[in-house]
Parts: sequence; structure tokens; C-alpha cells
Amino acid sequence: MTDQRVNAAAAEVEMETFGALKDKEPQKEPRSQWKDVWDQLRKHKGALIGGGFLLFITLFVLVGPWVWRVDPKALDIRNKDLRPIYTLLWDSDAKVLWSRPFGTDNLGRDIMATLIAGGRASLAVGWAAMILSLVLGTVVGVCAGYFKKLDGILMRLTDLFLSLPILPLLLVAVTLFRQPLRAAFGPEGGMFILIVGVIGITSWMPTARIVRGEVLALKEREFVLAARSIGTKPGQIIRRHLLPNVVSPIMVSATLGLAAAIIAESALSFLGVGFPSDFPTWGKLLADAVPRMEEFPERVMLPGILISLTVLSVNYLGDGLRDALDPRIRGR
Amino acid sequence: MLTYTIRRLVLSIPTLLFISIVIFLLLQLAPGDPMAQVPLTVPPEVKERMREALGLGAPIHVQYLKWLVQFFWVEPQVLIDHWFGTTFSEGKLRVISWQTRSPVMDIVIQRMPQTLWVVGMSYIVGILIALPIGIYSAYKQYSVFDQAGTFVSMIGFSIPPFFSGVVVIVIFSVNLGWFPSIYDTTHTVTDWESFKVQLQQMVMPVMVLALQTTAQISRFMRASMLENLNQDYVRTARAKGLKESAVVLVHVLRNSMIPIITVIALGIPSIFGGAIITETLFKVNGIGQLLLTALFANDLPMVMTLTFIFAILIVLFNLIADVLYGVLDPRIRYD
Repeated sequence: MTDQRVNAAAAEVEMETFGALKDKEPQKEPRSQWKDVWDQLRKHKGALIGGGFLLFITLFVLVGPWVWRVDPKALDIRNKDLRPIYTLLWDSDAKVLWSRPFGTDNLGRDIMATLIAGGRASLAVGWAAMILSLVLGTVVGVCAGYFKKLDGILMRLTDLFLSLPILPLLLVAVTLFRQPLRAAFGPEGGMFILIVGVIGITSWMPTARIVRGEVLALKEREFVLAARSIGTKPGQIIRRHLLPNVVSPIMVSATLGLAAAIIAESALSFLGVGFPSDFPTWGKLLADAVPRMEEFPERVMLPGILISLTVLSVNYLGDGLRDALDPRIRGR
Repeated sequence: MLTYTIRRLVLSIPTLLFISIVIFLLLQLAPGDPMAQVPLTVPPEVKERMREALGLGAPIHVQYLKWLVQFFWVEPQVLIDHWFGTTFSEGKLRVISWQTRSPVMDIVIQRMPQTLWVVGMSYIVGILIALPIGIYSAYKQYSVFDQAGTFVSMIGFSIPPFFSGVVVIVIFSVNLGWFPSIYDTTHTVTDWESFKVQLQQMVMPVMVLALQTTAQISRFMRASMLENLNQDYVRTARAKGLKESAVVLVHVLRNSMIPIITVIALGIPSIFGGAIITETLFKVNGIGQLLLTALFANDLPMVMTLTFIFAILIVLFNLIADVLYGVLDPRIRYD
């Protein structure tokens, strides 16, 4: 009897000295979902570089005008057709000016300044059109997934929109509605609204389909049932329980949408139906430079490279996000 | 399967009607005036009569119905007349272009071969490049080749055709002088020399369009191969001593091709849309360029008909893709 008690006491002492079976609190800090996502994203080098470049280019066009204080619309006809400084490397008597690092165009406007202004317009159109199409897609997707009555109609509508020829319709809409919108909101504001509108209206369908699928699956889960059983109204359920759970597919389609919107705007500008010619965007700069690209290839290359790099970085970011947000891949 | 196909065909009629209404209303709402180019000295009552001669006086629904009849009833009759020498369409009004005052379909048929040559060839070239890349990069997953393939296809996704086209023009046409930058559609192939010229002028537009196709399809091919390479039947095939080439190129490839073929079918209409930019860039006077000039000239019947043809292509190839999927994969039956 006493022996056993002594043994038990000895065992307790032993346990305390080795510290086994004694975790009063978790050894690691609890991890949130977004920390896991960030850790996974950090492993994807392309996504990191892409995200970094996107951040850099956004800051470049936002802060640029304060750092590079040259008016992009100022004409300087004496210093027209200057080449970029780097042409000095192979052509020592090229016409350059150190105060114009990327040269000037055929009216003497500083190319560095027009690139910054053009990037502002291109990125603004891209972000605005992407947000518009996301909002439309999410609303349609959630409504179709949550309300059974709307499902048939909304999905038929999505199918119909998917079978519209997008680029021809974009061209038609922009060409035909240019005048009234310009008269109503001014040449630049009108074009901005028009281009953002048509790109947004013609690109919400993939988001709607993905969101509908997710909502259909989530709706049957226990936490939604629990929410409904305590009398939560549909609007509340959608806002507090469904939307936070469909954020990850929405984020992935947001990156794809941003890339597509930037390319669509540039394509419209390239075909000559975009912004007015004194309002630079990257696509517009590229299109304007094409006739004289033999003498001044840099005017084509610089905006083209900027468009391509931005889209490339957004695509890589989307790729990484898709891996990071997928719980089946995460942690591997 | 047949009932499914028929049901889809019947369902595609309301879809097409809806699309045609959307396009028609869009064009009707537009403020463009086909009389804008008429000199100001022409008195207003004459202008009004010209407007009526173009069919603009009638109410919207009458105009729409007339267009429908012309497109779906008169134009097929013209086609039958052309093939069999009959006279069904004699004296009936066809869809007339406001620009050239000639029937729209005649112009479309004149322009079609150029687009089909460039676009069709680029699609075939793109697929032929994409399939081996996809197969090999799936077989050697995470190898250098696979990483390079991923990078190249990312670039193919990201560089828009109006930039890649300009770059190849600057490099190959301006600096090296290998290929002409303008596509000469009047060029006819008669002998070996002229065939070489034709080949040279086709290289650049075809390759620019093919880059996009390659990027997409090689990704799909890789994903599809990867899915099949880990299946049990592949292990069985290896276990019974089949050669590696037979395992990969017969067993796995056949099964991986099922989704790829539908992707290829779905991509055909979007390639026509992308061709608008390439055609403008290389000055190919095909369908895309026709649409663009018609838009700028406010030629509404032409724009309407062309956009609708694009819509028909999309609906048709969606249907073909769905039916093909069912035919190729016995696990999928729609009935």
C-alpha cells in the first residue's frame, strides 16, 4: 500500500521532471487562415515578384507626377523627337537631352511624363472595370446560388452573355455611344465611364459561375442551417456567413479580371476607339507610335513592355493566389 | 445522344434570336446617322426620302423583322441559287451594305478566305506546337523544360497580340527584312516562287496568333496529362511490361485528349475575335478588318450581320464541343 503510494509519487515527480503530458497551453500560437495563406504565397516566387512589381508600378504611376514634375501635355516643339538616353550606348551622335531620359515624341512631349500619365489611366480603367465586373458577378452568383427561384433565369442570362461575341460588341458599343457620353461627362470622363462600363458588363460571367457554385455548396452546410434556425434573415446570412467564405475564389478571378481589363482597354485604344488622342493611355501611346516605329522603336516598346509586364505580374500573382487559397494544396 | 443534339439545336434558336435582338437594339440606340456624310446642300426633304430608301422610316420592330427575313430566308435562297442555278431569290431584297450598296453576304464571302487562311492556319500551327509541349512538360513535371514551358505560356498569355505583332514587325520586317509587314491578299500562288512569297507573308500573322493559342492549349494539355498519369490503369500498363512510349503516347494521351478536343472546339470562335487586331496590324483585309471599317463608316447592316455571324460561330462551336465531349467520353451521357 505504502509502496504503491511511494511509486505513484515517484512517477509524478518523474513526470514533472521530464515535462511530458503537460501542455497547459498550446505550444504554438494559434494561426489564422490568412497567415497560412501568406505563408503559402511566400513560397511561390513568381507570385511574390509579380505582386511586388504590381505594387511598384501602382506607386510609380500614383506618386510619379509628384516626383517627375513635367507636364505630360506641355509641348516643346524645339526639343521634339529626342531619343532616350540609352541610345547613346550604340549611337554617340543621337539627339538626346539629359533632362528628357526617355526622349520626347513628335510634338516634344516628355515620354517619361506621358508614360506615367498613361499608366494612371490604364490602371484606373483596369481596376475600375475589374471591380465593376466583380460586383456584378458576385451579386448575380450569390442571388443565383442562394435563391432557387432566380437560379434558372440568372444562369440562362449568364449563358446568353457568354455566347455574345465580346470584342466585336465592345467595338460596336464604344464606337456608337462615344458621342452622347462625351457630351454628358466631358471627353475624358465620358470615355472613362463608357470603357469601364462596357468592359465590366461583358466580363462578369466567369465570376458569377464560380460564386454560384461555391454558394450552392456552402448553403447546405451546418453553420448556415444553424444561422437560419436562430432566425437570421437571408440578407444577413449572405453578408455574414456566405460572402466571407467565397472571398478566395473572388480574389482569384479578380486578378484574372484585372489582367483582362487592362488588355481590353489597350486593345480598344489600339484599334482607335479608346480615349481621345490628347489623353494618353499605354495602349493609345503604343497605337500612336506604330506608324513611325521604324525610326523610333522605343515609343512602341516602352508602353508595350509596361503593359506586358503589368499583365504578366498580375497573372503570376493570380497563379500564386490560386495555390495559396486552395486548402487542399496549402501546407504541401 | 441524338435526342440531346437535337434538343441543343432547338435550344440554340432562342439564344441566337436573343443575341440578334441585343445587337439590333444596341445599333438602334446608337446615335450615328448614316446621312451624316451627305453634303449640307442636299435639302432636308430629299434627305428624308434617302433615309426612307435605306429602310430607316419604318418602326423598329418592322426593321428587325425585315432583317430577320432577309438574313434567314432570302440569303439561304441566294446560296441555293448559286449552287444549283435555281431562281428562288429573284427579285427579293437582300441585306444591303450602306457603304458599297452591294449585298453584305457577297462582301463577307469575298473576305472570308483571307481570314480563314490566316486564322485557320494559325490555329492549326498553335495546336501542333502546343500538344507536344504539354505532353512533355507533364511527363517531366517540374523539370527545366516544364518550368520554361510555364514561363513561355505565361508570356503568351500576357503579351497582347498588338504588342507581339509590333515587336515581330520591328525585328523581322524592319531590322532583318526577312518577311513583309503587309499581307498582300491579291497574291496568287501559281508556282514554287509565288508559293514561297505566300509562305513568307503568312509567317508573321500566323505566328503572332499561334502564340496565344499555344499558351492556352499547352497549359490545358499539361493539366490533363498530369491528371491521367497517376491513374491506376497507367500503373497496370507499366506493370504488364508495355514500353514507356506506348504507355504515355497511347494509353495516357488518348484519355487526356478528351477534354482538350472540347477546349480546341471552344477556342475557335474566340480566335476570330482576336483576329480583328492581327488583321488590322498586318493589313489583312479579312472579316475583322471589314467589321472595323464598317463600324467607322456607320454601315449598320454590315455591322449587324458580321456581329451576328460571330455569335452564330460561338453558339455553334459551344454545341459542337458539348456533343463531342459526350461522343468521346462514354462516361458522359446527357440523356
